Amino acid sequence: MSRTDSRGLVLDEKLLFESTDPGRVGYSLPQCDVPEVAPAAELTRDEITDFPELSEVDVVRHYTRLSTWNYGVDSGFYPLGSCTMKYNPKVNEQAARLPGFAELHPQTPDHLSQGALELMYVLQQDLAEVSGFPAVTLQPAAGAQGEFAGMLMIRAWHEAQGNKRHKVIIPDTAHGTNPATAALCGYEVVPVASDGVLSKEALEAVMDDDVAALMVTNPNTLGLFESDIREICDLVHEGGGLVYCDGANLNALMGISRPGDIGIDVMHFNLHKTFSTPHGGGGPGAGPVGVVEKLRPFMPVPIVSKEGDKFVLDYDLKQTVGRVKGFAGHFSILVRAYCYILAMGGEGLKRATEMAVLNANYIRARLEGPYDLPYKQRSLHEVVFSETALANDCHTLDVAKRLIDYGYHPPTIYFPLVVKGALMIEPTETESKQNLDEFCDALLDIAQEAKTQPELLKQAPVRAKVKRLDEATAARKPKLRWVKE
Amino acid sequence: MRYLPHTDVDIRQMLETIGVENIDELFSGIPESCRLQSPLNLPSALSESEAMGVLRGLADQNAKVSEWDSFLGGGAYNHFVPAVVDHLVSRSEFYTAYTPYQPEISQGTLQAIFEFQTMICQLTGMDVANASMYDGASACAEAALLALRVGRKRNKVLLSEALHPHYRETVATYCCYLDVELIDVPIADGVTDQKQLADLLDEQVAAVAVGYPNYFGQIEDLQALADATHAAGAKLITAVAEPLALGLFKAPGDLGADVVVGEGQSFGIPISFGGPGIGFFAVKQKDMRALPGRLVGETVDLDGKRGFVLTLATREQHIRREKATSNICSNQGMCTLIVGIFLALHGKQGLRKLAELNYSKTAYAKQQIAALDGFELAFSGESFNEFVVSCKEPVADLQRRLEQEGILPGIALAKDYPGIDNGLLICVTEQNSREQIDRLVTALAGGDL
Repeated sequence: MSRTDSRGLVLDEKLLFESTDPGRVGYSLPQCDVPEVAPAAELTRDEITDFPELSEVDVVRHYTRLSTWNYGVDSGFYPLGSCTMKYNPKVNEQAARLPGFAELHPQTPDHLSQGALELMYVLQQDLAEVSGFPAVTLQPAAGAQGEFAGMLMIRAWHEAQGNKRHKVIIPDTAHGTNPATAALCGYEVVPVASDGVLSKEALEAVMDDDVAALMVTNPNTLGLFESDIREICDLVHEGGGLVYCDGANLNALMGISRPGDIGIDVMHFNLHKTFSTPHGGGGPGAGPVGVVEKLRPFMPVPIVSKEGDKFVLDYDLKQTVGRVKGFAGHFSILVRAYCYILAMGGEGLKRATEMAVLNANYIRARLEGPYDLPYKQRSLHEVVFSETALANDCHTLDVAKRLIDYGYHPPTIYFPLVVKGALMIEPTETESKQNLDEFCDALLDIAQEAKTQPELLKQAPVRAKVKRLDEATAARKPKLRWVKE
Repeated sequence: MRYLPHTDVDIRQMLETIGVENIDELFSGIPESCRLQSPLNLPSALSESEAMGVLRGLADQNAKVSEWDSFLGGGAYNHFVPAVVDHLVSRSEFYTAYTPYQPEISQGTLQAIFEFQTMICQLTGMDVANASMYDGASACAEAALLALRVGRKRNKVLLSEALHPHYRETVATYCCYLDVELIDVPIADGVTDQKQLADLLDEQVAAVAVGYPNYFGQIEDLQALADATHAAGAKLITAVAEPLALGLFKAPGDLGADVVVGEGQSFGIPISFGGPGIGFFAVKQKDMRALPGRLVGETVDLDGKRGFVLTLATREQHIRREKATSNICSNQGMCTLIVGIFLALHGKQGLRKLAELNYSKTAYAKQQIAALDGFELAFSGESFNEFVVSCKEPVADLQRRLEQEGILPGIALAKDYPGIDNGLLICVTEQNSREQIDRLVTALAGGDL
């Protein structure tokens, strides 16, 4: 079976506003059972110009057609590096929609929301067990907000010690959110080069008594365990600093190594990565944060505590950095993550990590050679190739677009920046050997095509809804909303 | 394990291809000193039916708004969600995808966000909206940061005391290490005190943030606030915690708001104990490049066919790192979809009618309660969906008493607003029948139900 000549109908669909027909409606409302009144006319608006007017069927077809232009984990293999696109169990979705969760108001008194609070309390404890941190907050909305909460705690802790430190060290392989977060906390960013992994020597060269923290990602964005991490943490601690760990890659460590045991002071979790909650087309995720004991008083409020046999939303943290969002967190995402932990159990989580690492190393073994592997240390959950072995001036972008024609979502590309034309592949544990083999065959075919028919790569994709899009014009003449012509 | 497809034969073959003896060897890059020496102390795996049993047991302990007579609002609103919404967002091509980095196979998400951005602009009366933020509170904080960036040397932000307390607290958290002075603007009769605002405004003020409706449900005189704010060269941030109000009341953009942020939960998102919701964020054209977060723009493909892409990425953290407009990396994808579907279904007519229905219900409740002995409306002026009553009876006692009748009467304001005498914030939506409202009134009055 050829993998690149299948067919299917791709239906076009206008914008909502272009399909609108005045007078059409898609809603039903109950009769007004009280006297109808209206506010003073000078306060009310005119009708909303050009707002949609569609029937229920119109709306259903519209979004159904849009959905067919998308590629999700349920469509096929989605090896987007650093994003851990594992299967999203359907039971999680059902759990989050249980009326006792979905219809619970956040201002409900604690004694009438014990089930929700117990779930959060147990999830705090489970995440603490997986990570080795004694305290966990569930409030942050996403990984980047977890970073923010974590770095705020670090700064607040320093200030409480009477230390005004100004610098944060960040390796060149870090996610862009790390330096952006440090800046948001008022810190100056000091970059440090790494050669695959961060060395003690490189760190020593930039470490001084103005350094508040080191932000590391472990395993890092090359998929490598920071092998000197204990010594590095010691060095930072001796210098009076703290160590923040970006937990984006925790899927490589469950049941194998706990960041809280090896010298890390703060780490965020990405529940939408490691704990299988859906990525949702961009979110919502959830970014709980684990901290060492001395940072517990600084956590954002509220957290969930247990008083006797009752669970309570606890606002009583003396040195809290405050709240980072409304209410207590992305609760329905927390329900999904907890459902996943129940389904996997402790052993299952470890097995997930083992299979994720097995899968990444298998892809590495099958592709190394035709694809250049710049860093040879043992990979964990992901593997990063460069574009340097590609023939005929073909680049990573071309490989990525050609993969679309083969029916795959491309890996993360051009990140991390330390690899020329990076192709960052993270298979996760939920892919079978068969899937990986077919994917590797596709990438090997593409490397061959680069030699013999490079135009196939340069023109790709040809089988998607649209061909390559003009991103330069989109940025130069931004058109960010529809307006009637 | 049903989520893990590997057979023993697969594993053996894979290890062979890799050239290692066993799984353990794959972890040889992790020093022994960093290894966990014991198994994770977590329960054993449960079957799907067992796991659902546990979760159902937890869910059943909670008070559902569908079974209680709930008058709770305060930033999370109980509105009806048409069946269509959940069916469409359950299309897993949407929810199992990620940020649309590869536009050719993400046109569904991208077009839906483009439509969302358009509808937010139409609703708020603004020019440009982003692809969403985490929630109303964090969007409000990012709005303050935008004003400080654009305002350059200005370093004060004035926050109306009638702005949602969570929004004010979140702004404070975001600004705490940024050399910013946050100043509260007192309230007068439930809205931002214009006289005191005038006194506080000076050339150091980057922005003034107010709620619309504010935390008490009151409709602020935005035009007057905008005029005063602009006269001092500052920006007016309008935070909308109950966006259904925009179906009926004038759009903030038409009343002089420079930044409109808010919470979109009212538009089809389950209240789910407060999250996730969705923050929206809209500005005028001149501030487009200062926006935080993702933006979707229209363009064409190689064949000249219309398509959509993420754009203006040079503002963002993955390109500009520490110089980015925000550290935000995601948007609330699935929630933008919900809001889009909800707004498309209700449309021009439905949104207005739904808002009018909510207004009438609230007006009825307000009138009935105001007529009771021992209760009076704390404020005059227009309000939407929510209002504050001052009670003779201590609010905590009252809440406990009504709970016995299956009624959640509202939110006690004592903690956040000790100045309001025994304040109770009551919320009424289209989900509250007249019968429910009458029961509330009878119960408040201490009568038999």
